[in-house]
Amino acid sequence: MLLQSISENAIMMTLPYTPDSSAYLIAVKQQLENQSFIVEAVVGYRTITVYFDPLRISHQKMKKVITATSEQKQTEKINGRLHHIPVCYDKTFGIDIAHVMKNKKLSWQKVVALHSNPTYNVSFLGFSPGFPFLTGMDQTLATPRKDKPRLEVPQGSVGIAGGQTGIYPSTSPGGWQIIGRTPVNLLPLADDRPTLLAPGDQIRFYPITKIEFEQLQKEERIKNDN
Amino acid sequence: MTIEIIEEGLHTTIQDQGRLGYQSYGFSVSGPMDEFAAKMANILVNNDTDEAVIEMSFIGPTIKFHQHAIIAITGGNMSANLNDRPIPLAQPIQVKKDDILQFRTVKTGGFGYMAIKGGLDIPEILGSQSTVVRADVEGVLRGKLAVGDTIPFSHSCHTENQLHWGISHSLFNYIEQPEEVIRYLEGPQYDWFDSDRFEQTGWIASTQSNRMGYRLEGTPIKKRKDQQLLTEATTFGSIQVPPNGQPIILMADGQPTGGYPKIGQVVRVDLSKVSQLRPGQPFRLQKITADEAIVLLKSRERLIRTIQRFCQEKWGGIKLW
Repeated sequence: MLLQSISENAIMMTLPYTPDSSAYLIAVKQQLENQSFIVEAVVGYRTITVYFDPLRISHQKMKKVITATSEQKQTEKINGRLHHIPVCYDKTFGIDIAHVMKNKKLSWQKVVALHSNPTYNVSFLGFSPGFPFLTGMDQTLATPRKDKPRLEVPQGSVGIAGGQTGIYPSTSPGGWQIIGRTPVNLLPLADDRPTLLAPGDQIRFYPITKIEFEQLQKEERIKNDN
Repeated sequence: MTIEIIEEGLHTTIQDQGRLGYQSYGFSVSGPMDEFAAKMANILVNNDTDEAVIEMSFIGPTIKFHQHAIIAITGGNMSANLNDRPIPLAQPIQVKKDDILQFRTVKTGGFGYMAIKGGLDIPEILGSQSTVVRADVEGVLRGKLAVGDTIPFSHSCHTENQLHWGISHSLFNYIEQPEEVIRYLEGPQYDWFDSDRFEQTGWIASTQSNRMGYRLEGTPIKKRKDQQLLTEATTFGSIQVPPNGQPIILMADGQPTGGYPKIGQVVRVDLSKVSQLRPGQPFRLQKITADEAIVLLKSRERLIRTIQRFCQEKWGGIKLW
């Protein structure tokens, strides 16, 4: 385990990488954030970065707190939720699904089945508000990012980048291969739950038709207006 | 009580201390690019240092006041004029109902700030009045301010006292007469790179620079060996090196996590200096230790408190209506 002072107000802890360190990191994050002088702890694939007020606690003391917390037995269970996320994999939304099919020599049905079969873990959110970094994708689908990122990827787009998959919660630039779109709003922006997904949650995707997509989109709009 | 945007400028936004505690949900912290100038604007009108201010970038807006107000302007010089008469930086200024405040293209630095006495009266989104980036929200925090936007403020006030006092312009020498040296700390992947070259190279900020990041131009930095980074936290001032070797300094609207290795981290007290760099302006990077950076930060805090006490005393003797 490595501890680095990466700025005046941040210390980063790096673990040797294991694919399943996410649950441990989230448990450590939750314990650290209970301390009043810690502003926030941000989880990565194998890191936890602790932001604090350097005028209130020294780096030396902060490093001791992080070490002590990380060495405690993490018995606290993460109360993750399981989300069922509808995705329309139709080519009008999945603008790169043909590219993935060709690249992997797979039928449309097979791509959809491989993508909607696993239960994914939300390791952390980053890149943009509510953007989940998911682990658990079937590596048969692994496809490199686009050479040139798009200036605008529509809200709700579901994409693949290398061995990872994710969802764009709002319209933004992006280089992921887009294979579908969800009508679900990932950014409720409530103070206690700003994003639908949180680190430690799980996701299952299920395929829907274009008609179902439009119906669900209407329902989401009514829900969000209320 | 409102002000109205008559001309929007290049990129005018509302910024308070930033959206703290939501990076784990993917939200940028945001906040002012030049935190020192923003705090000085607030202190000049006796606001809390973290009160929301109007941040203006390169070309300033034109603003109509619908009620009396007391304001202060700091940061890069945007040739502010009130009803076509030039007004000074770094002092409190009375504005009357129906006055027109106009800013032009910035002459020094890149970012200007305007504070209104009493602060802005807009609802917070996730604990902050800073503009929300990369999420679809409604209202004045949705993105840059546009023509026709009206921004409510908390108190209309005026005074019959003369406000012929301000703070020393030399506090803003980092904008007016910038030094060439920007100080930084070793980044988490410092030893991945040829760091001698990083310090010897003269750098300039390219024109492809904004509130998210400043792209630097200079001799590309080579990696010692081919390693890939797993996405981890990034912050305001992180110096990332993408595969082309041209560093990017992440700025106030930078994303909370990133996958490029980080050679360094600009020290907090020099972030204002970096923010006010003009495209093409040369600078060098110099490494210091975290302990040294914290000493600098503490002495900056003391300076801010001293100026704040001075302004509080001034305001103590002023009768407001």
